[in-house]
Amino acid sequence: MSFLEIDNMSVYYEDFQALYDVSIKIDEGEIFACIGANGAGKSTMLKTVAGVLVPRRGHILFDGQPIDHMPPYKRVEIGISSVPEGRRVFPSLTVQENLIIGAYRNRKGPWTTDSVYELFPLLQPLKKRQASGLSGGEQQALAIGRALMANPRLILMDEVSLGLAPVVIKRIYDAFPTLIGNGCTILVVEQDVQHVLTVASHVACFLEGRIALQGKPSDLSTDQITAAYFGV
Amino acid sequence: MNTTTPTATAGGKPYSVWVADRTNYLILGFGACVLIVLALFPLFAGIPWTRRLVDFFTLLALAQLWNLMLGYGGVLSVGQQGYIGIGSYTLWLFADVLHVSPFIAVIFAAVGGAIVAVPAAALVFKLKGGYLAIGTWVIAEILRLIVANIKRTGGGSGITIQAATKLGTDVRVPGTYWWAFGSAVLAIGVTYILLRTRTGLGLKAMRDNDLAAESNGVNLWRLKLYTYVIAGAGCAVVGAIVAIHLLRVQPAAAFSINWMAYLIFITVIGGIGTIEGPVIGTVIYFVLRETTAKYGEWYFIVLGIIAITVTVWSPVGIYGYIVRKTNFFVFPLQRKLRLSSTATEPKELVAEAEV
Amino acid sequence: MDWINAAVQGILLGGLYALFAVGLSLVFGTMRLANLAHGDLTILAAYVSLMLVNAFRFNPFYSIPITMVIMFIVGYLLQRGLLNFVVGRGDVAGVIVTFGLSIVIQNALLLKFTANSQGLDAGRVENLSIKVNDRLAVGWLPLIIFLMAVVTITVLQIYMGRTKMGRAFRAVSDDQEAARLMGINTKYVWGVAMGVALLIGAIGGVMMGIRTTFDPLLGSQRLIFAFEAVIIGGMGSSWGTLLGGIILGLSQTLGAQAFGSAWSILVGHLVFVIVLAFRPQGLMAKTVTA
Repeated sequence: MSFLEIDNMSVYYEDFQALYDVSIKIDEGEIFACIGANGAGKSTMLKTVAGVLVPRRGHILFDGQPIDHMPPYKRVEIGISSVPEGRRVFPSLTVQENLIIGAYRNRKGPWTTDSVYELFPLLQPLKKRQASGLSGGEQQALAIGRALMANPRLILMDEVSLGLAPVVIKRIYDAFPTLIGNGCTILVVEQDVQHVLTVASHVACFLEGRIALQGKPSDLSTDQITAAYFGV
Repeated sequence: MNTTTPTATAGGKPYSVWVADRTNYLILGFGACVLIVLALFPLFAGIPWTRRLVDFFTLLALAQLWNLMLGYGGVLSVGQQGYIGIGSYTLWLFADVLHVSPFIAVIFAAVGGAIVAVPAAALVFKLKGGYLAIGTWVIAEILRLIVANIKRTGGGSGITIQAATKLGTDVRVPGTYWWAFGSAVLAIGVTYILLRTRTGLGLKAMRDNDLAAESNGVNLWRLKLYTYVIAGAGCAVVGAIVAIHLLRVQPAAAFSINWMAYLIFITVIGGIGTIEGPVIGTVIYFVLRETTAKYGEWYFIVLGIIAITVTVWSPVGIYGYIVRKTNFFVFPLQRKLRLSSTATEPKELVAEAEV
Repeated sequence: MDWINAAVQGILLGGLYALFAVGLSLVFGTMRLANLAHGDLTILAAYVSLMLVNAFRFNPFYSIPITMVIMFIVGYLLQRGLLNFVVGRGDVAGVIVTFGLSIVIQNALLLKFTANSQGLDAGRVENLSIKVNDRLAVGWLPLIIFLMAVVTITVLQIYMGRTKMGRAFRAVSDDQEAARLMGINTKYVWGVAMGVALLIGAIGGVMMGIRTTFDPLLGSQRLIFAFEAVIIGGMGSSWGTLLGGIILGLSQTLGAQAFGSAWSILVGHLVFVIVLAFRPQGLMAKTVTA
């Protein structure tokens, strides 16, 4: 039984079908990357796992438990946490308060404000600063830290590298092993293929709502990936 | 109205645009007959029934205007009673003080309503969402207090429209009837025409998606302003008609929030965003009124509960419910895209009204 | 001098208005809902207090904590039972439903209590005043109301700033979808927010019932004063709402002093219009975007 299993899932926005019978299996401790062009459906899939969207057909099984209709806040309770697209830190709350809110469901685990500041030392001096005053990279670190505060078993990351400088992106990806080492599984969605393939253990390439290619990065050639990404 | 026969795919476009069906024409033909009967109503019906229909058409006009403003302009007002009151008092001003014939004075009431609506809009449009609604209510209250504080208007106890009493029942009742009937027809007509033109499409686009419409060059603010001013002028006309009809104006009644209660009930029940909705809503309201109005408070409680229930469970109202089920409109405003294909039945996609 | 008296009265009146306004603002902030029934719900609180006083025959002041609890529960149930269904659906649904609610409450109260004015009799305190000098006396009751407003807002600020639920309120105000993703049950938070709003409104409702009379149809005017206080003071700031209330109160009392009591409310409206025209975000606006 896989840690996270997505079974023939179809997702619609009103009448528009965004995902067609998508299936994915993720094992615990993995870094699973979903790549694809804009609108390929990868964010839609992530949002459905997070609970923002509900699939019209198919199932999502988390540790064997079906969660397709579970509201988002309950999913946090069972160990699924999100770093949403666009960061979406709470602008009127301070950095410290943003982190504390991440622990709303009081799940036990290794992550506390202290350990988060250890992971992202850049946030420490910004503790009392309102989140609206942070730069893109700082907000991204905050968003990840906030998600960690929920002590998740599965962390969903939606386009964490968007709009960030390469050095900032690298810093974020460098943190991944620590996350895995502390008991997280990561499902990451990215448009930027280059960085994520260096850390991913598995990759699925989305194209127009379907998975065009799946496998270990080491097994796949650049040409294969390019073809799947662009649909040529 | 343009109707085109579908062209075959070979050598022609693979689609055609329909606006009206044969059934639509039949309905409209029948409607035209009803209209003629209604237009001649006072000539054969008695005074009591004519008076009832004055009430009916004034409410229908109000509902159509509110519907135009909200359903197509996106402006949510809970303060139309302000314009009704302004209309009533402007009527008094021109009829009694300036000695204009009452039925002509109604036109000045419309102008009065429009003049007040412009600065009101400038103020109120600075507010967002539900707060804008409360803002319109404040405007109405301001107007009421100003009028009530001017001694010349009779202050809080109101004043009689002498010019109207001098008319005599046999002139006054049919006259108010034709004004009321005309206003309702005009309100429906204006709504219909506006929506058939480019302004109309702009309004509908705006109603469906602010940002998209704006990026397409539709001037949101001006459209909102137009619908608000039209609604203001229209409500003022209604106020003037009511003043002649009742022979008296009084701040508490002319500027009463109860107008909004009736209005909202009618439009919500019938269906926001359609022309047919307010007609159905007014009919239902009248049935309710004739049967339960003597129960006073219970009557209002019932109105309130129904409005709440309809909004929560069936937000498109009764007419919207019918439309959803049958895709049928009496007033053909939706453009139907007919796709002729190799399939046996051409598919029809209808641009639908969403609330 | 009467002017100074009027000014002091106006400032103290502002405290009462703030008690009405804070709840309205809290609800709008957390769920973008303009609760048109807010004023009527404060009147309802006054009637609840009246029923308690008639049942237990005690001083209305003792009814305040009980009324607060009752109105909190009313707010929570109202939110979860009805209003949660319209919160996500845009402004129109919320306005129509709360407007309908307003009508239902007013008429239900009319049915049960008639349109007669009622009052809550708190005894001697209603007539006591502090004599500052020969020309200025400050009523104890208005002063108590003002202090209650200050205390309430202080407590609310602490609640918002330091407690888990308060933080949740702010997070939900900022971004409800992100809040859900962080594990916050927005339906529950909204219920609590409405409960708190009505609880605070109840304080104002009962105090006003003690200070003056009330009847079922007064709610609309309360709503308007609360709204004006919020807009003048600035959305998103509780202290701003107190300031807004004070300015509104001052406008009304000074207006009465200058032009006669018939004009007092109108002067208040005029000041509201001026603030809206020239500084629509209010005097102490604090809304923040990322």
